[in-house]
Amino acid sequence: MTFEYAPAPESRSIVDIKASYGLFINGEFVDGHGSSFKTISPSTEEVLAEVAEANEADVDAAVKAARRAYTRVWSKLPGSERAKYLYRIARIIQERGRELAVLESIDNGKPIKETRDVDVPIAAAHFFYYAGWADKLEYSGYGQTPLGVAGQIIPWNFPLLMLAWKIAPALACGNTVVLKPAETTPLTALLFAEICQQADLPPGVVNIVTGAGDTGAALVEHPDVDKVAFTGSTGVGKAIARSVAGSGKLVTLELGGKAANIVFDDAPIDQAVEGIVTGIFFNQGHVCCAGSRLLVQESVAEEVLERLKRRVSSLRIGDPLDKNTDIGAINSAAQLGRIKALADIGEAEGAGRWSPPCDLPTQGFWFPPTIFTGVSQAHRIAREEIFGPVLSVLTFRTPSEAVEKANNTPYGLSAGVWTDKGSRILKIANELRAGVVWANTFNKFDPTSPFGGYKESGYGREGGRHGLAGYLKGGNN
Amino acid sequence: MTATPLRPDALASGDVAEITRNDASLRRFLHGLPGVDQVGAEARAAGLGTRSIKTTAKAYALDLAIRMVDLTTLEGADTPGKVRALASKAMRPDPADPDCPAAAAVCVYPDMVGIAKETLGDSGVKVAAVATAFPSGRAAMDIKLADTKDAVEAGADEIDMVIDRGAFLSGRYLQVFEEIAQVRDACGSAHLKVIFETGELQTYDNVRRISWLAMMAGAHFIKTSTGKVQPAATLPVTLVMLEAVRDWRDATGQMIGVKPAGGIRTAKDAIKYLVMVNEIAGPGWLDPDWFRFGASTLLNDLLMQRTKMATGRYSGPDYFTLD
Repeated sequence: MTFEYAPAPESRSIVDIKASYGLFINGEFVDGHGSSFKTISPSTEEVLAEVAEANEADVDAAVKAARRAYTRVWSKLPGSERAKYLYRIARIIQERGRELAVLESIDNGKPIKETRDVDVPIAAAHFFYYAGWADKLEYSGYGQTPLGVAGQIIPWNFPLLMLAWKIAPALACGNTVVLKPAETTPLTALLFAEICQQADLPPGVVNIVTGAGDTGAALVEHPDVDKVAFTGSTGVGKAIARSVAGSGKLVTLELGGKAANIVFDDAPIDQAVEGIVTGIFFNQGHVCCAGSRLLVQESVAEEVLERLKRRVSSLRIGDPLDKNTDIGAINSAAQLGRIKALADIGEAEGAGRWSPPCDLPTQGFWFPPTIFTGVSQAHRIAREEIFGPVLSVLTFRTPSEAVEKANNTPYGLSAGVWTDKGSRILKIANELRAGVVWANTFNKFDPTSPFGGYKESGYGREGGRHGLAGYLKGGNN
Repeated sequence: MTATPLRPDALASGDVAEITRNDASLRRFLHGLPGVDQVGAEARAAGLGTRSIKTTAKAYALDLAIRMVDLTTLEGADTPGKVRALASKAMRPDPADPDCPAAAAVCVYPDMVGIAKETLGDSGVKVAAVATAFPSGRAAMDIKLADTKDAVEAGADEIDMVIDRGAFLSGRYLQVFEEIAQVRDACGSAHLKVIFETGELQTYDNVRRISWLAMMAGAHFIKTSTGKVQPAATLPVTLVMLEAVRDWRDATGQMIGVKPAGGIRTAKDAIKYLVMVNEIAGPGWLDPDWFRFGASTLLNDLLMQRTKMATGRYSGPDYFTLD
């Protein structure tokens, strides 16, 4: 007999998913004037709810509500009063943590283990952290004057967490917001709207408009929006930058990445293997800062790969609500298609493709953890962001070659360095052109730490004191 | 680094002789092993601790854990009566349920081996004896060997020796190696478990080094602690040791057992260890021949959880024997 873990599903009964959702404007749910769309569970393709698609008129109503709340209420409140609301929201997120975790897992496809231990606690932590700043802005270095109305567009990979990254600093600084969640994952944002009601947040301070690209474009182009904050693909980021050029709107962009995870021969090998796994297979690789390029020193490449394959073979893929699931579903059919296409290109270009033997569910969108060996800088899988559980392995001989290869990308969001030698960590970290460099760890997030990119990975920082700059006049001189 | 005679990923029997030729070469080998990052190792252990083991998996794990217990009494106040009671409990942990499996062994001081053996008879439950001036290991080598032989002659099936931590911490690795090798010889056909007292060695790098050293010296089992020093067994220390036995098998084809001891008191903790064995060393180690728990109070909690699985109700501690 072997140690087979019996199914350990988290109960869905804690969440109450409504049949349909309207838009959250001026503190209440209202019907949209546009059409609607369905959000589905990517692990089963079950339709979860019908969600309103905000049209230009709806976006205009939301921006007007935000402007009114900004002028009449929110910008006039002392920081200490704004902080009370943010603390209250943070506590409600914790209290309703299981509900949020289950809902996020169902709507996004990511494992409950991650929503429970990462997404929800860090989302609450962001509200706690920026609540603390609200009455101390005179020490921020960016003054205390808010920008006004922020239009915020977030991606589907960390729906609630990205909402927290956007809303918490904006509100702490005295701005009001209109936020558009991604069209495949609107449900936790709509639950967050209920939390705003529960916290008695003044109407119009937070408005949530659901929809796809057209809704986002209407928000970005709205003349009364003072600031646009976007997290998503580099392509859309460029389009946003073009569309707001000359309008006087301030913009922060957090875009794609193709991070190098560099393993030197003196690295703590077992922990490096763990870090490689966390780097690329956390959240099915739907992570802009994922360590999607493994750069491993040639002298230990074989050993590292052998250990990596053994470790990846032990990952548990399946029902996102099972507490023992390590890898959940791909978020959408479209994303699955893109991952499959790039993986096939990798194979066609001659890289060695490997996946552990695993039974994927027949319903839903699934892709096995995949490792490509023998990848060179010229391969497309070494250059393009796949945004899926696909790792490209390259080797290097010397530290300078490692840095050169790591920096040889149009992106620059994150990087990882693995070595037992402290002096090497400091030297390499200084030479890497990436906004975040992790040393002997990967994919660690904390509200006190600024996050953001170089080059085509975007501009502006989120998190930490630096995250205030994007929402204060003094941070944008 | 370049002087490291061998990478640990391919060891042949002649290589051990080469590595242990002198203190310098042994030191080069042990210090050439990949380091252990403390934060990463602890995070991995904590991550495995969140596995949710329910229903059939839990029933399997509880029975397996009972079969892996080295039921231990190592007190100055031990008496023949106490040892007999413990031995009876090891053979039949749950008097109310004849289907309850027996423990793996009882673990006693050498002078109690005869008493334990007499009670256990041919039940299949082994007798383990601590030896080599347990728990400090502070005695002359001939005394340690005599201690070992005494226990073996009294019928011990397994010897739990302690290493000389002072020698290890001052870098006299070859001395530690030779002591283990000599005790192994003195064990004859008895199995040798080597206790590191990881609470005194402190760093995970040290735990990895002593694991390799003991495996090269002929240990059948590597064991965390005496139970007399805090901290005793921890999940991350056991993780590093499980990685070592896994890597040793890759290098030599030979399997070595692992025994965390001290501080494991609840069924919930025991299950976390079994998950770790399963996912780090592999399912091959999920057997009393290759993994043991050194514990005393753990057994009753395992029994209580086992009864709860069977009946759906918790019964009070008075329904389980105190020995």
